[in-house]
Amino acid sequence: MELELRNIRINDVILGKQNRLFEGVLTLDAEALRAHLMEDDRIASIRIDVAKPGESCRIVPVKDVIEPRVKEEGEIFPGSFGSDVPEVGSGITYVLKGCAVVTTGPIVGFQEGVIDMSGPGAQYSMFSNLINIVLHIEKRSDLDPHEHEKTVRLAGLKAASWIAAIGRDYADYEAETISWPSLEERASQYPGLPKVVYVCNCMAQGLLHDTYYYGRDAKLISPVTISPNEYADGAVVSGNCVSPGSKTTTYHHLNNAVIRSLLARDGKELNFIGIVLVPLMVTLKEKYRNIMITTRLVCDELNADASLISQEGFGNPTTDLMRICHNLEKRNVKTVIITNEDAGIDGMSEPLPDMLPEANAIVSTGNSNATILLPPMERVLGHLSDVKSVTGGSVESIKEDGSLLMEIHGIMGSHNLQGNTYLTAKTL
Amino acid sequence: MKKVLFYTNQFFGQIGGESEAYFKPQIYEGARGAANSFVPQLREIAEISATIVCGDNFYAENMETCQTFVKEQIRSIKPDLIIAGPAFNAGRFGIACGDVCKTAKSLGVEAITGLYEENPAVEMFRKECYILKVGKSAAGIRKAVPLMGGFAKKLLTGQRIGFPDEEQYYPRGQRVNYFSSSLGSERAVEMLIAKIKGLPFETELPISSYQRVEPAKPIKDLSKAKIAFCTSGGIVPVGNPDHLVSAAAKFWKAYPVGEASRLVSGEWECVHAGYDPVYINEDPNRVVPYDALYRMQQEAKVGSIHPFLVTTTGNSTSVLDATRMGNEIAEYLSAAAVDGVILTST
Repeated sequence: MELELRNIRINDVILGKQNRLFEGVLTLDAEALRAHLMEDDRIASIRIDVAKPGESCRIVPVKDVIEPRVKEEGEIFPGSFGSDVPEVGSGITYVLKGCAVVTTGPIVGFQEGVIDMSGPGAQYSMFSNLINIVLHIEKRSDLDPHEHEKTVRLAGLKAASWIAAIGRDYADYEAETISWPSLEERASQYPGLPKVVYVCNCMAQGLLHDTYYYGRDAKLISPVTISPNEYADGAVVSGNCVSPGSKTTTYHHLNNAVIRSLLARDGKELNFIGIVLVPLMVTLKEKYRNIMITTRLVCDELNADASLISQEGFGNPTTDLMRICHNLEKRNVKTVIITNEDAGIDGMSEPLPDMLPEANAIVSTGNSNATILLPPMERVLGHLSDVKSVTGGSVESIKEDGSLLMEIHGIMGSHNLQGNTYLTAKTL
Repeated sequence: MKKVLFYTNQFFGQIGGESEAYFKPQIYEGARGAANSFVPQLREIAEISATIVCGDNFYAENMETCQTFVKEQIRSIKPDLIIAGPAFNAGRFGIACGDVCKTAKSLGVEAITGLYEENPAVEMFRKECYILKVGKSAAGIRKAVPLMGGFAKKLLTGQRIGFPDEEQYYPRGQRVNYFSSSLGSERAVEMLIAKIKGLPFETELPISSYQRVEPAKPIKDLSKAKIAFCTSGGIVPVGNPDHLVSAAAKFWKAYPVGEASRLVSGEWECVHAGYDPVYINEDPNRVVPYDALYRMQQEAKVGSIHPFLVTTTGNSTSVLDATRMGNEIAEYLSAAAVDGVILTST
């Protein structure tokens, strides 16, 4: 399988009357985009804004962030739309770098977060560095929460692919090739190097805690092997999972940091042999089943020497994380974990609710309970008052002048558990 | 010039050996004994204004008297910093040094000491003050002086204090965020390569040990027992009157259930951000099966039901907060003469 990513650098985004990409400046026919999304009759209204890095602008409550991508032939985000599930991972994919689609609008649940385009909060979110095309989506009044979430999720994906299509004939791109040969070839190509498997845990626990695999609810899948190419083409989509700081947005999946870091070392210090996507489910029996199958895939099918596990969520998913680590280490698979921690506001608590002695190599993406004061912003896209309900926020969070005192939990991607953040923590 | 108050024992204060272990605390002007070796280190920044010397046994057996003495000296000298020890692996001396530092901190005065890693005072006082890592015996004084003196200088001149491994102090146990120079995923791959090659690596999250709770004895006769519900499912009366948060809760509440035979939909709501609340809002008995317990009570299988629902949000709650709330809830339930409690989670 070989995929060519044509990365187009976007330097500015303008809402205008016709679609155009010229010298890195993307002009959007905002009315046409709106009409395209409004074809879904579950949507009552859409407002489109652009928020740029450095602006005094706050977006809240953010549901998902999606990088604009489109395939030259075929369909990006396969299985999300229509009745067909086309194959992905080969051919050509256009990527608009430096910008993103951000979905906001009335809150669905508690898992939606804040993006500040400047100020101290901007340091905590990779999305503060992007030119964000913000979709403020209002649902039809009779939709229930599940339908509401789905409507907004699909609108974001649709917009991302519609916008990326503007880049289709653009000549100024940087090509990047991801090749993923058959397992047999992968296993034999670097005989002296340790075989490394990436275990990607993903949430599968209900409303705003889901992941979609080829459009299928991840609660309905077993652990499955998947390639970097499929990730790059949107085979894995966020169901706006978990709290804002630790959620894996669709943008994170498309640009999976662990995959990128492993590919960079592939053939040099290690042999990147495979990826296992693991749904983190609610009940103990499902956990045991998925842990067992994951162990089988990593050890018996892929015959790994080492593994790297990335996490999503905290609390009950920590049990899955620790058990998988325990099993792999017992089978002599050297394992490293990436997780965040909940060490309390003052950092004095045990950082994780569950730990096993085999978890002796952990990368921390920071204490999510640490608080931050976010100064008021001149422009707010969305609904500031929803901060009272989001993870990391409370009624006391919103100050009279519009500043927010909240846990960094509430900032989108602040402690991303795929390690797509510089944040970490240390014991003083 | 800043002022340093020094603390040492009878041996390093040149009073005498073990025979002087009951030497009562005395204050001496300027540096005395071990304090002298710190003078060149602190030159031009601070002077050692005075030295307290106290016998190890006297301190250990008269802690309150010694604390009062130390406080009096601090109030009259008004030092900028206390340097105690170093006490190496000496147990009683180590405890005295830790206690002097703790006493100083209680008056808002910065204080440091130096101890060997196996000195029991390390565990007792590491959260109270900076304890620098020094050798096992007095032979370690040559290394201890520049280490402690250098650290003291940093404190006295208001320089940034680095991480424990850079500065050689025992971690105080506080997790603090900072931005690394490389991405988490990059650090993870680096760590994995080191682990595969058998090279040294350092986990960023040391393994915790947890307090084990021994389960209570079984209830002998359920038909006479009073049973309560306690949930971490974030169920509250609709409108969330006490603003229970969706994650990282710091308090719990007991809400009256009244005479109802079940938790009525529309009267309760879920504020928990960690799971899908839709089905619970449809029927709160799905997370707190009050209806089932009520039936069992009607059938005389259960004696009585505690008429309050104990609730909090168990989501991203730190272990420390959870432990405190658990203790508070246990006290509340014991006071209400509850015999058994059904904990429901999500």
